[in-house]
Amino acid sequence: MKQPAKNPDLHAEIDESIALRQEVTGFGSLLRAQPFWVFLAILAIGVVMTFVSDAFMTERNLFNITRNFAFFGIMALGMSAVICTAGIDLSVGSLLGLCAITLGLTMQSGLGIEMGFLVCMATAAIVGFINGFLIAYLKMAPFVVTLGMLAMARSIAMVLSNNKMIYDFGPDTDLFEWIGGESVLGVPNVVWVLIVMTAIFWIVWRHTTWGRWVIAIGGNAEAAKLSGIPVERMIVSVYMVCSMCTGLAAFMFIGYTGSATNGMGVTYELTVIAASVIGGANLMGGVVYALGAPIGAALMELIRNSLLLAGIPALWQQFFVGLFLILAVLLEQIRNRGGK
Amino acid sequence: MSLLELVGITKSFGAIHALEGVDLEVEAGEVVGLMGDNGAGKSTLMKIVAGNFLPTEGTIRIEGREVEFQKPVDARMAGIEIVYQDLALCDNLSAAANVFLGREEKKRIGPFAFIDHKSIFDRAAKIFAELKSETRPRDLVRQMSGGQRQAVAIARTRLSDPKLVLMDEPTAAISVRQVAEVLALIKRLGDSGHAVILVSHRMPDVFEVCDRVAVLRRGLKVADKSIAETSPEEVTGLITGAIEAA
Repeated sequence: MKQPAKNPDLHAEIDESIALRQEVTGFGSLLRAQPFWVFLAILAIGVVMTFVSDAFMTERNLFNITRNFAFFGIMALGMSAVICTAGIDLSVGSLLGLCAITLGLTMQSGLGIEMGFLVCMATAAIVGFINGFLIAYLKMAPFVVTLGMLAMARSIAMVLSNNKMIYDFGPDTDLFEWIGGESVLGVPNVVWVLIVMTAIFWIVWRHTTWGRWVIAIGGNAEAAKLSGIPVERMIVSVYMVCSMCTGLAAFMFIGYTGSATNGMGVTYELTVIAASVIGGANLMGGVVYALGAPIGAALMELIRNSLLLAGIPALWQQFFVGLFLILAVLLEQIRNRGGK
Repeated sequence: MSLLELVGITKSFGAIHALEGVDLEVEAGEVVGLMGDNGAGKSTLMKIVAGNFLPTEGTIRIEGREVEFQKPVDARMAGIEIVYQDLALCDNLSAAANVFLGREEKKRIGPFAFIDHKSIFDRAAKIFAELKSETRPRDLVRQMSGGQRQAVAIARTRLSDPKLVLMDEPTAAISVRQVAEVLALIKRLGDSGHAVILVSHRMPDVFEVCDRVAVLRRGLKVADKSIAETSPEEVTGLITGAIEAA
């Protein structure tokens, strides 16, 4: 592995000893990517489950699994962006509830699905903007700001809904419930949305300056700033993107459940953060994979489903989800140590 | 006409005078060493040239034209690039990505603009080749040695073909063998017609690459001599105050 030095004076042996220099592209990077290993774990669980339960490999079960994790996957795509900047967004669960109510009220009043969608996304954008503004410009800790928003958004949802459930979505109810709950070509619509969103994020992380700058901010915000990147504006946009992913998930989710309550999404933030982290997002920032979000969410849903089919009491579910979260982070640390 | 001309630069922070009436001229292609003990005012002077601070008094001229740097971007627009002491690189990005950070080359596909990876890698490779550095554009900065990181930081300054490069302690944190590599890079910057101000504590570095050395002590410039006319002993004396002025 030793490279011959052309000029021994200039090329220190120290440099030569760095023979394991790694490049960003190629097969090696696949092996170093967390989502790849989590994907292998998913396959392994899948293989085991085909022997444990006949019901596992049925079309119906796979349909349910993919649909269930798709909502979390869409939210985790946005959460991964926030975590990439070394931030966190604890308000996504409450925001889901708030979006459910603003969307529900709009459609209930007969304004139609387009208006409902716009109001839902605008609600998300405003909440994301407030989070991002406080974090970027007032330099407040993301944990505190979004914890406050977690409480406030839920409360606003309760006030707006007057604590009532909404199940009448006006003239477009059928279309709305079809979008959220039905499928095209045997694949649930929400899964199609997840696929498209994942593809968009894959392109964004790899091929756009927005993605490159977010990753740079996560790596070294000070360096990003000195390079002329508008760090504050970028951070605001990241929190808005995260919230709007939640808004989109809310739109699909309410259509799927066919009713909106202000209690929707309680503790979802924990599931979404866990999915992002299992998918390879590093809370220290600077690491993001588009495929990590859906894969992380898929693993969590798969665990839940597998325990159910294997006849293990549902009370154990949270234990295993937590266990896999810790194992995923441990795996990442071990791989990082091996790489150095 | 000098490339950079500082006249009577004074900077006060409340009652503390960090700089008092400092004059300094730098010609194109000249490498000037700026030395002084901790607190002598080196960093303050550099921050004024880089646009981090406005001087309390005094004028800055670039090629004879008076300028006022309100913020670092103004300095960069005037052709001044800075290599920061802590290098200001993103560990999690490739060498090429760091070189082009904030100034990515783009190509348009329909209404969207995408990063032109090929162009960035090619241009970065060309810059590293010019710097005679073996840094590979696709390597992650995290895995690089101190000397290679320095090469990336210096390569950043080559994008805009600056008139003046400020280097703050570029050899402070790297191994002895890598120092030689970095000094060679600085020499090449000078040879290609760039002016360089090298802030350093390390006497041998300054005497190896600089054409001239300026010494600050307690906010005053106490010496400004051609390297050929001075010696490490004299400069040491000037820094510590054993020699009053030269």
